[in-house]
Amino acid sequence: MIKLDHISNVFNKGMQNEVVALDDISLQIQDAEFVVLIGANGSGKTTLLNCIAGAIKPSSGKIVIDGHDVTGLPEYKRSKWIARVFQNPNHGTAPELSILDNFRLAALRTKHKGLRIGTHAKFKNEVAEKVKSLCMGLEKKLSQNMGNLSGGQRQALTLLMSVMDDTHILLLDEPTAALDPKSAALIMNLAEKLNREMGMITLLITHNIRDAHHYGTRLIQMQEGKIVKDIPKLEKAVLAVEDMYKWFG
Amino acid sequence: MSAFYLSALQLALCLGPMALGIYISMKVFNIPDITTDGSYTLGAVVTAIMLTQQVPTWMVLPACMLGGAVAGICTGLIHTKLKIDALLAGILVMTGLYSINLILLGRSNIPLINIPGIFSFHFFADDIINQLLVAGIIVFFLSAGLRFLLKTDFGIAMRATGNNPVMTQSLGIHNDRIKILGLALANAFTALSGFLVAQYQNFTDVNMGIGIVITGLGSVLIADALRQWWQVTHIGLQIILVLAGSLIFQMVLAFTLAMGIDPNFLKLITALFVLLIVAIPRLSKAIKRK
Ligand SMILES: Nc1ncnc2c1ncn2[C@@H]1O[C@H](COP(=O)(O)OP(=O)(O)OP(=O)(O)O)[C@@H](O)[C@H]1O
Ligand SMILES: [Mg+2]
Repeated sequence: MIKLDHISNVFNKGMQNEVVALDDISLQIQDAEFVVLIGANGSGKTTLLNCIAGAIKPSSGKIVIDGHDVTGLPEYKRSKWIARVFQNPNHGTAPELSILDNFRLAALRTKHKGLRIGTHAKFKNEVAEKVKSLCMGLEKKLSQNMGNLSGGQRQALTLLMSVMDDTHILLLDEPTAALDPKSAALIMNLAEKLNREMGMITLLITHNIRDAHHYGTRLIQMQEGKIVKDIPKLEKAVLAVEDMYKWFG
Repeated sequence: MSAFYLSALQLALCLGPMALGIYISMKVFNIPDITTDGSYTLGAVVTAIMLTQQVPTWMVLPACMLGGAVAGICTGLIHTKLKIDALLAGILVMTGLYSINLILLGRSNIPLINIPGIFSFHFFADDIINQLLVAGIIVFFLSAGLRFLLKTDFGIAMRATGNNPVMTQSLGIHNDRIKILGLALANAFTALSGFLVAQYQNFTDVNMGIGIVITGLGSVLIADALRQWWQVTHIGLQIILVLAGSLIFQMVLAFTLAMGIDPNFLKLITALFVLLIVAIPRLSKAIKRK
């Protein structure tokens, strides 16, 4: 469970360019929930995810994950619960490392990275098997550098990497923004499948209203750093996509 | 082969560890670390003090590397904890080390002639061949160790940190800590070069490190040009290229000296040579575009 308690975040406090990115947000997310987060550009969605992940320390408020107060924990320590796919496809993978090395690191997200060689044949086969499910033909290129791939391919691999190790919380920041429609659908279905089969909390940001309508068990809309709509599972199930379009007038 | 080129080969081997050190800081971690001048001299200073006190060579070697590692840790701490630019952090430690080296040494220069050291291990009767072999063995084991390290899980974490710190942070890697360790390793390698060169030239001088960083930098830049040329991704080959870079660098210097150029110009020639290495790929690109 994630509990956000009166989270506020102000960038450049006291300066001319001060921005209140998050304005007193309180929110509870139960295990296995698939939350879809929507809202206009600059409404604070990415900032909220960054606060949960620990990449940004909020100006005030408390964050509790599975009963642990993590407010003061740096991102690298919170990674034992959290995996993420970034809005920017370049952020999720290391371009000058091979695909295999990237996966190796992801497989050790919650573990010690020690002085042993782990990229042996067995691991390689395991990764090839997973990568094959993307149907992008990347399983034959595992020793190539990640930087040789397109943004969409890298984003798809980042999603696979995020579940290479034990994951309680999966943060997806517009994972399909860089993808063509076919790959986007593939990724969304994969995200849903992972959520269903592995039961991790999934938080997805998207600008695609149809995706927001079709996927997820809960829908949250943000506006100027506040939560303005929070629609639970049953209500979301009967929501009409036309009504959602109206929210953005 | 003339003595010029043989000694260039020997010097290239002795300076190989430093080149590998610069490869670690600059290429693996993407940190411009110039603690080098100080940690190189520190290695030579520790060597001179311990060898003249009759400490056995096998104890001197790790002591030198430890000294270099401590210098690297200082730079790393200043850079990561105080958020000071890596270049400045390196300059600060390097400057401080100059005094420390002078105090440790007690005077500006200690000769090491007729003092048993690493080159007293004899495999060959011929001194020159023997020196090459001893330095070669050390560089070989160091390179093999580095190659292994970079292929391990920890090594992948090191390489990823230099390449994409946003990602590594989200994958449970403490970027600051791994950078400090990396700088420690890089400067331990550099100090090992100080250890070798002091014994090769039979003296330690407190000024011997001035400008040495450019030699390592040049080697790595040559290696980098070759790496891009041949599209080398294999780590073992990259390490060999760095050593080859060190050799090419020393050969070019030996060649200029052999042509009878005044040794006072050596540093200027070194600087111009490095400028050339950096400029050639850019110039050739610019010409191609036209
Ligand atoms: N590092 C930062 N420094 C200053 N202001 C920032 C920073 N990051 C975000 N902001 C500001 O905070 C507000 C919220 O940004 P955020 O990135 O969370 O929006 P978002 O909802 O993710 O938007 P988008 O849909 O465009 O990705 C914006 O006004 C943005 O300009
Ligand atoms: Mg965003």
